[in-house]
Amino acid sequence: MLGFALRRILVAISVALTVSVASFMLLHLSGDLATAIAGPEATSEQIAAIRVQHGLDQPLVVQFGSWAWHALHFDFGRSFYFPEPVTDLLASRMPVTLTLGIIALAVALLVAIPLGVLAAFYRDTWIDRTALAVSVLGQAMPSFWFGLTLIMIFSVNLRWLPVSGNASWKNFVLPAVALGYYAMPAVMRLTRNGMLEVLSSDYVRTARAKGLAPRKVLIRHGLRNAVIPVIALAAVQFGFMLGGSIVIEAVFSLQGLGQLAWESIARNDFPVVQAIVLVLAMIYIALTLAADLLNALLDPRLRA
Amino acid sequence: MTVRPASPPLGTPAPAETVLPETVLPPSRSPAAIALRRGLSHGGFLIGAGLVGLIVLVALAAPLVAPHDPYAQDVSRRLIPPIWHAKGTAEHWLGTDKLGRDYLSRLIYGSQISLLIGVSAALISGVIGTTLGVLAGYYGGRVDAVVSYVVTTRLALPVVLVALAMASLVGGSLKVVVLVLGFLLWDRFAVVTRAATRQVRAQDFVAAAKASGFGAGRILGQEILPNILNALIVVATLEMAHAILLEAALSFLGLGVQPPLPSWGLMIAEGKPYMFFQPWVITIPGIALVVLVLGINLLGDGVRDITAPEGRT
Repeated sequence: MLGFALRRILVAISVALTVSVASFMLLHLSGDLATAIAGPEATSEQIAAIRVQHGLDQPLVVQFGSWAWHALHFDFGRSFYFPEPVTDLLASRMPVTLTLGIIALAVALLVAIPLGVLAAFYRDTWIDRTALAVSVLGQAMPSFWFGLTLIMIFSVNLRWLPVSGNASWKNFVLPAVALGYYAMPAVMRLTRNGMLEVLSSDYVRTARAKGLAPRKVLIRHGLRNAVIPVIALAAVQFGFMLGGSIVIEAVFSLQGLGQLAWESIARNDFPVVQAIVLVLAMIYIALTLAADLLNALLDPRLRA
Repeated sequence: MTVRPASPPLGTPAPAETVLPETVLPPSRSPAAIALRRGLSHGGFLIGAGLVGLIVLVALAAPLVAPHDPYAQDVSRRLIPPIWHAKGTAEHWLGTDKLGRDYLSRLIYGSQISLLIGVSAALISGVIGTTLGVLAGYYGGRVDAVVSYVVTTRLALPVVLVALAMASLVGGSLKVVVLVLGFLLWDRFAVVTRAATRQVRAQDFVAAAKASGFGAGRILGQEILPNILNALIVVATLEMAHAILLEAALSFLGLGVQPPLPSWGLMIAEGKPYMFFQPWVITIPGIALVVLVLGINLLGDGVRDITAPEGRT
């Protein structure tokens, strides 16, 4: 296990390194940084001075080294648009996106796990088929359109919840449902398949033979063993949701990382875009690493 | 809640596991005939094929079926509601948009964009992903390690964000969206073809081909590729659906297909300011997207079931 863990961690670190090179290149492909920093009215002498001052005349490798060193210390440079450092911007927007992600994940799990268990327990009945239909439909709906539809139903027609903003918890309900619904099908299918596998295993058969009530078998033996791969999947889905929240935040005008990323892309503020790409990728890498280690801990076959 | 005893009873193997001996089958039953028979009795496949077939037909025949020019503006006929609405008119079945353009005609021409994006992005990503996956699965070892590494790196990048950033650097257009999505969505192709190739590689006929002295190129093309084709088709449908949804999202955010093209995602974005009083401006293109993506997914699921080995449906 230790060998596997070390190897897996090594891979994660090198992937992180590759992603940071890619993210660094994104900033450099976006145009001449010295011109961007100097602003539209700068003379060519001023631009040249800024080039030297920011080390932009150095070879690309040196520039990457210095950028990576700063990024490691959570210093992502300065925005072209906002006066404050990129790090402060991210720190002020991060809580909204994390809150949205966590609630969305909770919504997804709270719906998908019971649905998956029911589908497995009542396999090939209308319950199973309904659960399947819900998940197929979930994969077919564009998340931004689902979000808009929720607004029309619950904010405009029923007036239960606010349309947009992030003033109170009520503002998070609809976006979390819109974002969470997207993660539901995968969790539901994994729960269902895991339950089916566990329910046909020897120890569940033994528990049944002992005369344990079916519902107790389901909870005590079935769910407990089926749920851990689901937790691992949930970790990965959480990473995806942080990336996908850009669309949902735009629909609901939530002032999170996604909204910041979208606005920054629109005004060519690439230091901010680059930092968000990097942070989201790092969170995803950490989450998949955790998920892989968790799965390997449980299933020795995966430690190859 | 009443708890029924689980069916089937434990201990007896599920009927799905029983494999009929080859001799029981009538000799005339070719794989194609089996697939056809299964396809015709597979509800999801039929519905999916019907929906996708219908949309493809409409897209191909757009100039014939569209009642109006999708770009013709008429400010005196702005935001006319659909025909089922009290104020609807028979001239514009699905009403008009904020510039007075016929919504049904825009919807019909929009299907061309969605299908074009889905097919071309899946083709590009399919070529990239399959090449990587087949090489990794066939050669294993170091090649496999490198490919897995590339796939892991790609998965770590947030797709929507990177696609938006790239589209904004190059400038959003239909061509850019196709290329960006094509170069981003190959990961599942690589993962699935790698696994399928490893399975096929272990078969006797591949060993026989190797023993006959055929080169790697011929074995990959003649033995491996035809045998992973089914898996490939299933992934291709998934990624087509994925690309269509992403194009809609990019266009909705203003960095995908540009106006005045009638992309369904763009129609939703243009309708957003009017959604409170004219909700159909976003409902209609949204339903079109759901129907197309649902059709493609059902088709893909159907192909997967139909081409599964006999006795494992």
